[in-house]
Amino acid sequence: MSTMWTTKIRRATIEKFEPQDVLPDEQPSYVASWIYVFGVLTLASLVVIIVSGFWLTTKGIEWWHTSSVGHYVNSVHLWAVELFFVFMVVHLWGKFWMAAWRGNRFMTWVSGAIAFLASVATGFTGYLIQTNFDSQWIASQAKDGLNSVGIGSFFNTLNTGQSILLHVALLPMVVGLITVWHVILVRRNGVVPPLDAKDISGGAL
Amino acid sequence: MSRRERNVDLMRWSGPKRPYDLVKEFVIALVVVSVLIGASAAIFSSPDERAVTLQDWANKSPSDFLTTTTGELAGTTISAAYGAPYNDASEGLSLGPLKLQKWFGVTIPVNPAFDFVLDPLRFSKDAAVSTALSQWQGSSLVQQNTWATDYATAIEKAGDPAKVAYSDTYGPVPAMAKGLLLLAQDGNLDGILTTKETPYPSDFTKPMLFLADGGYLDALGEAQHLHGDQWGMMNETGSYPGQSWLWLFSLWYQVEPFKSSENADSQIFLVIMILTLGFIFMPKIPFINRLPRWIPIHRLIWRRYYRENNL
Repeated sequence: MSTMWTTKIRRATIEKFEPQDVLPDEQPSYVASWIYVFGVLTLASLVVIIVSGFWLTTKGIEWWHTSSVGHYVNSVHLWAVELFFVFMVVHLWGKFWMAAWRGNRFMTWVSGAIAFLASVATGFTGYLIQTNFDSQWIASQAKDGLNSVGIGSFFNTLNTGQSILLHVALLPMVVGLITVWHVILVRRNGVVPPLDAKDISGGAL
Repeated sequence: MSRRERNVDLMRWSGPKRPYDLVKEFVIALVVVSVLIGASAAIFSSPDERAVTLQDWANKSPSDFLTTTTGELAGTTISAAYGAPYNDASEGLSLGPLKLQKWFGVTIPVNPAFDFVLDPLRFSKDAAVSTALSQWQGSSLVQQNTWATDYATAIEKAGDPAKVAYSDTYGPVPAMAKGLLLLAQDGNLDGILTTKETPYPSDFTKPMLFLADGGYLDALGEAQHLHGDQWGMMNETGSYPGQSWLWLFSLWYQVEPFKSSENADSQIFLVIMILTLGFIFMPKIPFINRLPRWIPIHRLIWRRYYRENNL
């Protein structure tokens, strides 16, 4: 057994995957339902969120108040977020009713749940940095909840600069990394078989 | 779960397979979603209600502004009695015996009387205001409190600062309040409260706390159906869906015992933390993790598989 760190990391990561697992071109025959589409719809919405978010970021937070193009890009960002959550919630409910955590897939569920929570936090900071009345109201209301348990000492919703940095730098990175982790687990463990599926042995995962 | 069930779940599937083009699926999804989002953005747009300033407040509701200013001096506003992280004026909210709000102390120091009123008044060019400020600063804390409290009480009785007759018993407070009103009406107070620490401000803690102490912002929020008892911050201005995913958080503010609890914020936070942990570890929770087996929605999802295998 090699003691090299590089070797250990390669064995723990790259060597865990077959090319066919990373980008499979076939799936078990039971993967035949519209519910499977909602995972990829969530990812597609995330791509639109990131692209529109990049555009808004390069122009600055005041751009969308004064430019019709900026307002449209902001609207795209908003509706991408709305659809992202709709798709993700349907995806989550689907996975719940499929008991998709079976067969060593517990961490796939956990990573998905954490991705949802991180997305909620990211969406919340997005609402804080709109620099309009909604931002003022949400910041003013939310501070009391966060202050009541001491979180307000570290995250001040009335500090717009802090919220901007959290929204465009830190939290997207967190959501992105967790999403990558989630997709890797899905690819590695495969799609969960139906409940009460017949014994079809192909070797342990 | 039987051993046979566990075995099947753990096995790499070697049964029938079907072609599945993941990349094509993703590209089609991206195109469809992009069109859907682009059309939604064009049709429904997005809300952009202009932010409220202290100048707006002072010009549109001077009576409320003067009343709130007096309240800051008397120490009776929300900010003046807030506690951590702004000041030591109160213990803050608690969770049973746990005083979570004050655990980390005062990390964002705010002295409402000084920060919102006394310090900004230094910028007034009105001689009467300077005289009033000198009189205030040269008097005892007891005297200051008596003046401010008496004036606040008189305003409350009259219902409007404009209807309060002049009296020496209020000391310099009416002149100071009026001086701050003029600073705000001219638009100077917005800048004074944000640029004290840096001329490049991005922290609006002080003007927002002051604004929220009055009734003006609150009335605007109520008119936009944004109050806590109107499902609060999950809504946004206009008829937009807002942060509908926060419904489980807003829900608790609508029901007892939280609705009337003084510690609702911290109690609801605890409920949400418990539910969040339950959500993350749902597969390990007995009964809940058996629901998918007992309620056969999976028969619908995998109906083709069950039909083809006579299950």
